[in-house]
Amino acid sequence: MDPNLLKKLNAERVARRAAVLVTDLGDGRDRLVREGDSVSGELGAALEKAFRSGKSGTVEVEGRNFFLNAHLPPPRLVAIGAVHISQALAPMANLAGFDIEIIDPRTAFATQARFPDVPLFAEWPEDVLKRRPFDAYTGVAALTHDPKIDDFALKSALKTGCFYVGALGSRKTHAKRVERLTTMGVTAEEIGRIHSPIGLDIGAASPAEIAVAVLGEIIAAFRSRGMAVDTAEKAA
Amino acid sequence: MENATVLESGQDPLSIAENWMKDGRDVAVATVVETWGSAPRPVGSHLVIDREGNFQGSVSGGCVEGEVVTEALDVLETGQPRMLEFGVADETAWQAGLSCGGRIKVYVERLG
Repeated sequence: MDPNLLKKLNAERVARRAAVLVTDLGDGRDRLVREGDSVSGELGAALEKAFRSGKSGTVEVEGRNFFLNAHLPPPRLVAIGAVHISQALAPMANLAGFDIEIIDPRTAFATQARFPDVPLFAEWPEDVLKRRPFDAYTGVAALTHDPKIDDFALKSALKTGCFYVGALGSRKTHAKRVERLTTMGVTAEEIGRIHSPIGLDIGAASPAEIAVAVLGEIIAAFRSRGMAVDTAEKAA
Repeated sequence: MENATVLESGQDPLSIAENWMKDGRDVAVATVVETWGSAPRPVGSHLVIDREGNFQGSVSGGCVEGEVVTEALDVLETGQPRMLEFGVADETAWQAGLSCGGRIKVYVERLG
């Protein structure tokens, strides 16, 4: 293993960016591929799969065996709103393998009693995001219904390219949100990435059912990262 | 999916390997490259070894690490990577709570 590659790989991991270390098992030579780097042919296809699934494995290309070690950042979810849905979403998300944290400046909502064992920030998203910015491996669900709390986080999530951005609210609520975000400088294309109404259409009614619908949508978004067709296009 | 932030725990083998390298120690990296059956550690797992035989990380539930360390010392000497193959002993697998023994392939190489 090339020591410089190890340094680069560790730097990518600390920065929460995906990378695959490719080792030629024949001669031991290796290279580092970052997500979005273009690699052609069969190796490229195998790399794309490794980035999407996060699974490492051996692939044979033109008689040579390559080992692809996929290093994907652990996915993180941020719920804006320490609301009833979040109380159900947090334990479900943890079971599914996501680290989840909750931001809500309303101290009556954001209490450890309501959210045992969940990282909780009883502050404005503006303040938390300065210290803990979103990244591509963060999914964001805006659940407060309150533009003062949701809007900044939504804008930040869209500008960052978070793998999932969802916002609670009826179509009417969302139409108003689109107007506000547009004035805030968010492009139509970025706004189009918001999942709203939030959650898979499973007829969810209770907070726990809505949490299931949201988590299902988040998993679908995470597993289809980097693929050309997103779920919205498929449905259309 | 793993949601433990191993990187921050101080127990991440690749971070340890980098630190050892900075300290001027010779380091070998062992990687699980293939598994069959119920192998205890997934493909991509690492064990890192220095010339004194210190090691961190794991490639199995502890059953083959000793052998990998011995081979790694050779790899450090020669600089030639090698592929090791292990059947996980049924007895050990049983202790780890697995219903059957698996097999693993481990690639051992020198850092630099």
